[in-house]
Amino acid sequence: MSVETERKAMPPSETEQREGPTIRLVTQSDTDPAIRLAQGPSRAAVSMEVPAEEIVFDLNALSCFYGSFRAVNEISLQVPRNRITAIIGPSGCGKSTLLRSFNRMNDLVDGARIEGTILYHGVDLYEDGVDPVEVRRRIGMVFQKPNPFPKSIYDNVAFGPKVAGFRGNLDELVEASLRRAALWDEVKDKLRSVGTSLSGGQQQRLCIARAIAVEPDVILMDEPCSSLDPIATLKIEELMNELKRNYTIVIVTHNMQQAARASDVTAFLTMGEDRAGHLVEMAPTEALFTRPANRLTEDYITGRFG
Amino acid sequence: MAARPRTQALSTADIVRQTLQGRRLDIGTIVFEGLLVLALAVTIGVLVTLLVEVFSDGVPVLAARGTDFLTTGLSSSPDRTGVAQGIMGSLLLMVFVIVLSFPIGVGAAVYLEEYARDTPVTRLVNTAIRNLAGVPAIVYGLLGVAIFVGALGGLTGGRTIISGGLTLAVLVLPIVIITTAEALRAVPMTIREAAFGVGATRWETVRSHVLPYAAPGIFTGTILSLARAFGETAPLIVVGAIAGTFRYSADNVVEQLRGPYTALPTIIYGFSRDPDAGFRADTAAAIIVLLVVLLAVNALAIVLRNRFERRW
Repeated sequence: MSVETERKAMPPSETEQREGPTIRLVTQSDTDPAIRLAQGPSRAAVSMEVPAEEIVFDLNALSCFYGSFRAVNEISLQVPRNRITAIIGPSGCGKSTLLRSFNRMNDLVDGARIEGTILYHGVDLYEDGVDPVEVRRRIGMVFQKPNPFPKSIYDNVAFGPKVAGFRGNLDELVEASLRRAALWDEVKDKLRSVGTSLSGGQQQRLCIARAIAVEPDVILMDEPCSSLDPIATLKIEELMNELKRNYTIVIVTHNMQQAARASDVTAFLTMGEDRAGHLVEMAPTEALFTRPANRLTEDYITGRFG
Repeated sequence: MAARPRTQALSTADIVRQTLQGRRLDIGTIVFEGLLVLALAVTIGVLVTLLVEVFSDGVPVLAARGTDFLTTGLSSSPDRTGVAQGIMGSLLLMVFVIVLSFPIGVGAAVYLEEYARDTPVTRLVNTAIRNLAGVPAIVYGLLGVAIFVGALGGLTGGRTIISGGLTLAVLVLPIVIITTAEALRAVPMTIREAAFGVGATRWETVRSHVLPYAAPGIFTGTILSLARAFGETAPLIVVGAIAGTFRYSADNVVEQLRGPYTALPTIIYGFSRDPDAGFRADTAAAIIVLLVVLLAVNALAIVLRNRFERRW
């Protein structure tokens, strides 16, 4: 049974026949102390253990609502530091809503509210006195569709530091951010040309440069590759792998191969009868894709549903 | 034997050709198209008739008098009268309209679009503004009489150009708000999210992104509403623009603002009511002047829009 599942989850054509370092399953979960797979006969929804000091986000029965509609239903999970956490699941299961509650982006939507708690390094993000502007400075975001400002490449990157009151050398910061986003060599001669003139993949890397220019702690990515071609997608994934040294990354993706290739930890969401998304299973990525503990997860990753 | 496949190939092509060459005359399409062309012809016909009428009467006056017609003041003699006071008055009124309706209208629209939450009250206000934009101009004139001439008469000096300017400003305010709101709505939500996402406040987002990107639309809308105000006659007559009594010497600006005044549309109205038949040609000439100014303003709006139009 488990051997069969493994084969279905990772058909050889997906993992073995391709070459190069970018297509691989993350295989560190057995040795990574931060995301050790929980042992024991009865595996709960979250079958991993994260030491307290490594927890960036700690969700406790988090529910998100739009008006009276419950989009996310009592999700409890932990996001480990300096890892890539993928959130997968079928369309409309509340992945994006969940992600947007991490930096209070849903505050901008009329009628959106949450129940439960979401702790960021132990502080409730929704408690009184927490300024969503300060939250978003520390928890940056990259969106589904590349959305550079219709301004110069330079101004795109420089805007965040400027509003944050950055006093140092802005030119150096812009260059450093573009280098870390693996875009510098392609744009260094045209920093004054408008950001929207770049290709889709370049635009998305510009958005990543814009996000890291304010030196955040976390980068949230909401299906960042959904409008990109495979080559641009691989570039973004390579970039994510570089960035996780300095940042904690949470990525929502429709693409299971992407979650399998690029993430350390994967959370699988699905929705119930009432269309409210709930957490089915969260585990180190390799374990989730090879030994799913839940029947729903197995059906989803083998393509039998969703 | 050898001919058979050839015949078959030919006949297949013939059948296809017959199918492709379509059906007989489509009566419905022709009739409908004819009706559409007729509708267009009526519209253009009326416009052309009007223009021909105006130009045949007015051009001789302008040709004979030249710029003299534009630079002299009103006179009881049709041969010596001019529209200078009307042009001055209209320009002054426009200054009032811009200075008052642009900041207030843009401010109200920014609040409604960017700050106000979507509540029943907000929706009611939005609906009210849309309805106000459709209220006949004469009603605004009566409002101007009641408020700016009556209640605030101490400040405005009664039936003065200040009252007229305030009335026109209020008249175009709903239009400025609506066009500004539409320009703001055309800025994609993703741009706001991008700004908020790097830790910008609402004010920083609006100031650095939303307003600059919406600016071409806002300016276009404002200029068009200005053109509307430029052509309005009824409210000005109600709030006291009187043809013929505007002192346009710039010796004492305050005194002038508080004195009687006139505007281009009002002068046209006055000319057209003059029993002296000589004023008929002057009416047409004044209309031409008004049309040229309106066309220039509209052209400016189009140029601005094309120059700064943004594609997302």
